[in-house]
Amino acid sequence: MTAPANRKRRKLLAAAASTVAAAPGLRLMEWAAAQSDAQPVTAATRWGLLIDTDKCAVDCDACVRACNDEHGLTGTGRPETDAQWIRKVTLTDEHSGRVTSLPVLCQHCEQPPCVDVCPTGASFRREDGVVLVDKHTCIGCRYCVIACPYQARSFVHENLTAQKPYSPRGKGTVEGCTLCVHRIDEERAPACVEVCNSGGGDDCGNGALLFGDLNDPQSAIARRLKSAPSRQLRADLDLNTGVRYENL
Amino acid sequence: MPAHFHQLKITAPEYRAALAVLLALAALGYAAAHYMDAGGHHITGMNNRVVWGIPHVFALALILAASGALNVASLSSVFGLDEYQPLAGLSALLAIVLLVGGLLVLVLDLGRPDRLIVALTHYNFKSVFAWNILLYTGFIALAVGYLYVLVEPGARRAGRVRAAGMLSLLWRLVLTSGSGAIFGFVVARPMYHAAVMAPLFIALSLALGGAAFQLVAAALARWHGDYLDESVLARQARLLAWFVAAVLLLTAIFHLTHGYAAERRAVERFILMRGGVYTALFWAQAGLGGALPLALLLAPAPGVRRLCAAAALVVLGGFAHLYVIIIGGQAFPLPIFPGKTVTGGFYDGEVAAYAPSLPEFLLGLGGVAAALLLLLAALRVLPFMPPPRRARQRG
Amino acid sequence: MSGGGFFAIPRIISAAIFAPVLAAVVSVNALADGPPKLPRGKGATCVEPLDVMRRNHMDFLNHERDLTVRGGIRGRKHSLVGCIACHAQRDGHGDFIRIDAPGQFCHACHEFTGVKMDCFECHAAVPDTSASHAAAPPFVPPRRGGYGGETRP
Ligand code: HEC
Ligand code: HEC
Ligand code: HEC
Repeated sequence: MTAPANRKRRKLLAAAASTVAAAPGLRLMEWAAAQSDAQPVTAATRWGLLIDTDKCAVDCDACVRACNDEHGLTGTGRPETDAQWIRKVTLTDEHSGRVTSLPVLCQHCEQPPCVDVCPTGASFRREDGVVLVDKHTCIGCRYCVIACPYQARSFVHENLTAQKPYSPRGKGTVEGCTLCVHRIDEERAPACVEVCNSGGGDDCGNGALLFGDLNDPQSAIARRLKSAPSRQLRADLDLNTGVRYENL
Repeated sequence: MPAHFHQLKITAPEYRAALAVLLALAALGYAAAHYMDAGGHHITGMNNRVVWGIPHVFALALILAASGALNVASLSSVFGLDEYQPLAGLSALLAIVLLVGGLLVLVLDLGRPDRLIVALTHYNFKSVFAWNILLYTGFIALAVGYLYVLVEPGARRAGRVRAAGMLSLLWRLVLTSGSGAIFGFVVARPMYHAAVMAPLFIALSLALGGAAFQLVAAALARWHGDYLDESVLARQARLLAWFVAAVLLLTAIFHLTHGYAAERRAVERFILMRGGVYTALFWAQAGLGGALPLALLLAPAPGVRRLCAAAALVVLGGFAHLYVIIIGGQAFPLPIFPGKTVTGGFYDGEVAAYAPSLPEFLLGLGGVAAALLLLLAALRVLPFMPPPRRARQRG
Repeated sequence: MSGGGFFAIPRIISAAIFAPVLAAVVSVNALADGPPKLPRGKGATCVEPLDVMRRNHMDFLNHERDLTVRGGIRGRKHSLVGCIACHAQRDGHGDFIRIDAPGQFCHACHEFTGVKMDCFECHAAVPDTSASHAAAPPFVPPRRGGYGGETRP
């Protein structure tokens, strides 16, 4: 935790204190205050991702590979049961024939159906808008997989070994895109965003992914969303997704 | 007038054979659960597109049948039909064991069955699934309470039996609506998201449970000594016919309203015309599991045999119907990009493949076997068998 | 899955078969000479006084877990990743041994006291040695509120 991050969070704390205290079954504030100066994330920030489909190349899957590397998602040769946190799809408009390419991942909804249906509250939405699974209380019922409108969740179908230390995963629980919380908590961009915006080598460098704080009017993503049209997937469900698409 | 219940007495050799088969099936189911738990769900036919498979079809069929098995108790205690009174105890007992069997399958299929305790200590009040946990436990408690007042002597007994019967009747209507809501509330899937899911599940439960009760009662009558009156049988047939007709009607409403809405037409075409195994099962359950038993039941003078044949068809039809709803609803791709053809990704735009593997099938069958074993064991020690007909006529 | 919870009925069978065999083996090897001897962790002290650590490490871990998972607070002294970084041992070839392997730090005591835990079904049981994370690049705060996209042409 770096100094600027802490300062920013502390400043926002007073305003958000009531929200955090109401977080289910937690006394984060007390622990945190007693043990260190690190503070829990607050609703003052809402992380979001803007995907410009015009810049996303049909034959590029660098974001998928980066995600798999980052989280240790290795294939087993049985794709139907392999974990898939982000996937590339190609769309062809049935009338105009226009072809678009885009990644689909957890849309980090403000009103996530997966969170509503979870019997134990293991599916939850972090204060800063990231939708996660608390794998310590997930019982593996898979109702969230049924309820997700984006097919964004995977169930771990077999025993795993050699997981990444910062991305624990295990048989019998459900998982999905974490928006790389382990990175954004250290003020680093998610792995897919990083690779999409870097050039050269295997990296795609197309710059189709823009990540940032939707609540900060000065952020690049908020300014971009204000100035250019974008849309949510399944906007009819009114879930207020944190992931938005341009030129779709 | 309190009914004179008996304990189950074995007089037929088939009983022992049935017991052996049930024990073997339960043991196989148990072994299958262990195998799935150790290896992970990749040994089943389930995958990341079809995450609920045949175990869930078994579990839901058992849970719905449990609720419907209580029909007879309700007829006797709430609607005051005296000829059903000797069967009331058997009806409530069957309801309890079917629910326990269904829950057993559901729990053993969890990714982390060892964490079931978490489901009791962490509770999300917004989750339909969590509501159902309360509905199931409440149902078992009410049915046990009903059994208790049924045999408990006392001056005010009749009133208490009626109250307990009424409460469990209302509770099971809510319970089956709750099971329907597990699917009906899923906004993401055009196949599931429909208000008619709740009444459809109620009708399915009445038909499935009524048929299951009919089969169990007839089998026990053979082994224990006949206790089924002609009048009871005739009424059973008429009732079952009503329930089957209700299922057919609600199914028709369900698919007609879906076919009318443009965004749901694709999934309707899939289920009704192009869905391969799902289409075949859909029409099979409508015909062989719906229209045929209806005809058998409505034809004059249905004997025990015809009634049981119809009941067996209803059970199989209900099972197939649930298979089409639960698995067909997942196999059809999610409508994320209306108006576009989707390729690539995780089988996006394609119908998902699912074929049940042997272990998951055995797990489901094991749940049925466990329920029936429990029933036989309970009937041996608890006095809920109706007295044989001859004894009653003499007495 | 090794949680062995109350409701995991199938495990009871395997437990009934294997437990007596295991117990016999363990009692010969371990119980004969008292509590197991533990490899010493890195550094001078643990993250808390020794007796507190022995008694209460599970509480620290549980608190830390909720702070991290729900609150996004990371890298503090009670982190599970930290335990492994200090307590994991290397074998003769210099490769790390799983910390939950027989005789290793998180296993020896638990085996002795009959504690079962499932943490390492998910959590890495060896320290991170991958280049990118072992030597994490020095942190450069990006411009407030925007990541990556700032570099868009
Ligand atoms: C089913 C998988 C799973 C199991 C089993 C599991 N965890 Fe975790 N654990 C996770 C995930 C996922 C995270 C979140 C990591 C993140 O956000 O960086 C996590 C994070 C943590 C953290 C905070 C991160 C850290 O390294 O300090 C602690 C502490 C923790 N777990 C403790 C435990 C303990 C103790 C157990 C065993 C009783 C356990 N976990 C079992 C998946 C699991
Ligand atoms: C900075 C390195 C370091 C970290 C991080 C660390 N330990 Fe330790 N730990 C040690 C050292 C050194 C000792 C031995 C201390 C002594 O003998 O005074 C020790 C001792 C212990 C003991 C007592 C062992 C005995 O001999 O009885 C336990 C239990 C323990 N640690 C658990 C943990 C757990 C759990 C964590 C993670 C929350 C952890 N440690 C993190 C360095 C560390
Ligand atoms: C000094 C011996 C000792 C060492 C070393 C030790 N533990 Fe423990 N641990 C215990 C004992 C004893 C218990 C049981 C305490 C109880 O039941 O009250 C326990 C319990 C736990 C529990 C709670 C398990 C449960 O489900 O109740 C967790 C989690 C845990 N230990 C994690 C660790 C980890 C991780 C390590 C290695 C970093 C470790 N322990 C090393 C002695 C030890």
